[in-house]
Amino acid sequence: MSKDIRVRKGLDLKLKGEADKKIVTAPQSSIYAIKPADFHAVVPKLVLKEGASVKAGETVFYSKYDEKVKFAAPVSGTITEILRGAKRRILEVRITANGTNDAVNRGKVDPASASADQVRKLLLESGCWPFIIQRPYSIVANSEDTPKSIFISAYTTAPLAGDVEVILEDKKEAFQAGITALSKLTSGAVHLCVGKNSALKDIKDADIHKVKGPHPAGNVGVQIHKLDPVNMGDRVWTLGAEDVATIGNLFLTGEFKPERTIALVGTDAKEADRKYYRTIIGANVSSIVGTIDTDHTRIISGDVLTGDKLLSDQFLNYYKNTLTLIPEGNEYALLGWLPFTRNKVPSNAGTSFSRLLGGKRKVDTNLNGEERALVVTGEMEEVLPMDIYPLQLIKACMSGDIEKMENLGIYEVAPEDFALIDFTNTSKLEAQEVIRLGLDLMITEVG
Amino acid sequence: MKWVRKKLDQARKPFEPGQKLEKFAPAINAFDTFLYTPNHTTKKGAHIRDVVDLKRTMITVVFALIPALLFGMWNTGAQYLYQDMGLDNVTDVPFWDAFIEGAILVMPLILVSYIVGLTIEFIFAIYRGHEVNEGYLVTGLLIPMIFPVDIPLWMLAISVAFAVLIGKEAFGGTGMNILNPALTARAFAFFAYPLYMSGNAIWVHQGATDGISGETILGTLAQGKSVAYSFFDAAAGFIPGSVSETSTIAVLIGAAILILTKVGSWRIILSGFVGAAVMGLIFNAFGLNALMEFKWYMHLVVGGLSFGLVFMATDPVSAAQTMKGKWIYGFLCGFFGVMIRVFNPAYPEGIMLAILLMNVFAPTIDHYVIQANVNKRKKRLAKAKSNLQTA
Repeated sequence: MSKDIRVRKGLDLKLKGEADKKIVTAPQSSIYAIKPADFHAVVPKLVLKEGASVKAGETVFYSKYDEKVKFAAPVSGTITEILRGAKRRILEVRITANGTNDAVNRGKVDPASASADQVRKLLLESGCWPFIIQRPYSIVANSEDTPKSIFISAYTTAPLAGDVEVILEDKKEAFQAGITALSKLTSGAVHLCVGKNSALKDIKDADIHKVKGPHPAGNVGVQIHKLDPVNMGDRVWTLGAEDVATIGNLFLTGEFKPERTIALVGTDAKEADRKYYRTIIGANVSSIVGTIDTDHTRIISGDVLTGDKLLSDQFLNYYKNTLTLIPEGNEYALLGWLPFTRNKVPSNAGTSFSRLLGGKRKVDTNLNGEERALVVTGEMEEVLPMDIYPLQLIKACMSGDIEKMENLGIYEVAPEDFALIDFTNTSKLEAQEVIRLGLDLMITEVG
Repeated sequence: MKWVRKKLDQARKPFEPGQKLEKFAPAINAFDTFLYTPNHTTKKGAHIRDVVDLKRTMITVVFALIPALLFGMWNTGAQYLYQDMGLDNVTDVPFWDAFIEGAILVMPLILVSYIVGLTIEFIFAIYRGHEVNEGYLVTGLLIPMIFPVDIPLWMLAISVAFAVLIGKEAFGGTGMNILNPALTARAFAFFAYPLYMSGNAIWVHQGATDGISGETILGTLAQGKSVAYSFFDAAAGFIPGSVSETSTIAVLIGAAILILTKVGSWRIILSGFVGAAVMGLIFNAFGLNALMEFKWYMHLVVGGLSFGLVFMATDPVSAAQTMKGKWIYGFLCGFFGVMIRVFNPAYPEGIMLAILLMNVFAPTIDHYVIQANVNKRKKRLAKAKSNLQTA
């Protein structure tokens, strides 16, 4: 049952600084870290203490409210530091690699003949479970749930983001094994959304859907909305494409080898350096880009719309396949509000020639204005290809009106679906933050 | 230009957090950000942002108003001078004489509107501790454009104060108001000072000589007299009326700017004109009196209808916010505008009342549009549940 999706609303931001479609192995990072903050709403309970030696795949901490969900060390080595913040909250668990990459071997399992319980148990034990993100709420999936469907997007539309087709080039076998394993866990189907001429269109055990259209057509949120929308009480799972290959690899080899292929993009990365780097989850940023002057350059783990801001001695986000370097835009612009000036800044607005001029743009992090009251209407709908009223949903989240949020479709959205609204809205409203807070409220009130 | 920036940075110092004048920061910020788009960078959410901001949007509306404003200045001068000089035709008045005379008459209105309105806006921004919103740049220009030219300045000042205080700030400021502030000002003056806002002696500047007349077309019709102006006169705007509302052509140039820049909703403008035409056609079909017989296409070009639909009805804060809602809202603005005109000759300026009425109903329209979406979602849930039970 494949259904093609044609998305019309949205906005493709064409930016300078693309990565060359070539994968190289990144130099080994000496320190790796897992950051509990990457797993939204997870409260970590440490298993190992500072000084303990670990193998890749060994549990480092588990989730306090769902003890079966375990988080494993990505490499072998020694836990050298547990960095804590305010109220002793754990910020980072740092592991100094010993370079041997020993991994816990949990034995090969044939995904095709494995039972659902077997698959679930292996994913939970091995530390692969956190790759599964559930909708609603966009958090790590509950270990007891059976989702009505599983979505994987192999169609990349986010600006400059690492292209899934490139990342999976040499991982197709593992990817297939991962899909087969995951298909045991759902009562419905695994949906794989691909672009035109995809190398993944003959993957088995999944419904393949062709997607076409501008960003956010590649977001799983949009694909779920078009194919199998989330109703109240439903659970739908989503996974990153490379993570599916990591799961497949677990079944094929019995080992947890969390590779991460990172596209280094953005105008502040040297052109020769802009390619795909194969490293391991939690690697230090400096292992890929060296030391960066963060007064003038912003390091973003992820794409420019949804990534995390990092310093050059910090660690990659657990899930993201992109590392973006763009200039900080901390400069004044004389009379910058005059219509039809500053056309070099990308824009979806009618008061700039930016869209007419076309071409790729160099971007910086300037806010291009100041936060204001919500005045303009109709602009949010232009970049949200869902049957949802974004402005009304945002207002419901701001006022914390749970019934209204439910009615307006809070279960169907994740912050990343509102990233383009962050970008385009005239009032400089932080839409992603508002939606995240709204979802958090739903978690505590509804669960 | 670096020199200007340096001076500004120096001037800002006492307003910075922890300094003496910290509270008054919104005031200096308003001037600073007017000159320079600030150097703020993104702190959370998307790391890059669109070039558009509220200043740019509001200034675009001001630009769109300029054709109507300039024409209004000329027309104000010309309407007065051609009678004063005893000419046969409005267009016989030398262009610059008319324009300068009009500008002298209109500029004080604009100044009073901006000074009174912006003062209140600044006080509220400082009191509430937020930045000065740019909305008043548009409102402040709209208000003098829809008043009769001879309105005493103190009445204008009171109307402006009423509109900003009661019409906007009482509801929480920019973005929260239910009624369009400019129309609120006009409606206030209309009911508080009817002698200065209606009748046949106020639409053209009176000057020193007596006996200058200038009845609006709608006023003439309301008395059952026949109209002496052609369709072209009315569309071009060579007719008496409020300062800048008379020229449909100048207003449509503004409409084109608003639509091409996506600042004004083409849905509201288009459906508004359609609504007015439909109501006009219905009245024409009955044709029981002079007002009802007044051709439907004439309705579109006389009075403030086009100005109201293009610049007032499209105010995004007080209009409907959903796409479908905008079609309904715009249509009813035009529809009721003509209806009030015809049925109630005491209020010939029906479009003002129609838009204010629809401002009040816009949230209701949106409610029903959104409810349809909510019901669709509930139906889907119910279907999913029943599928589950049968399975």
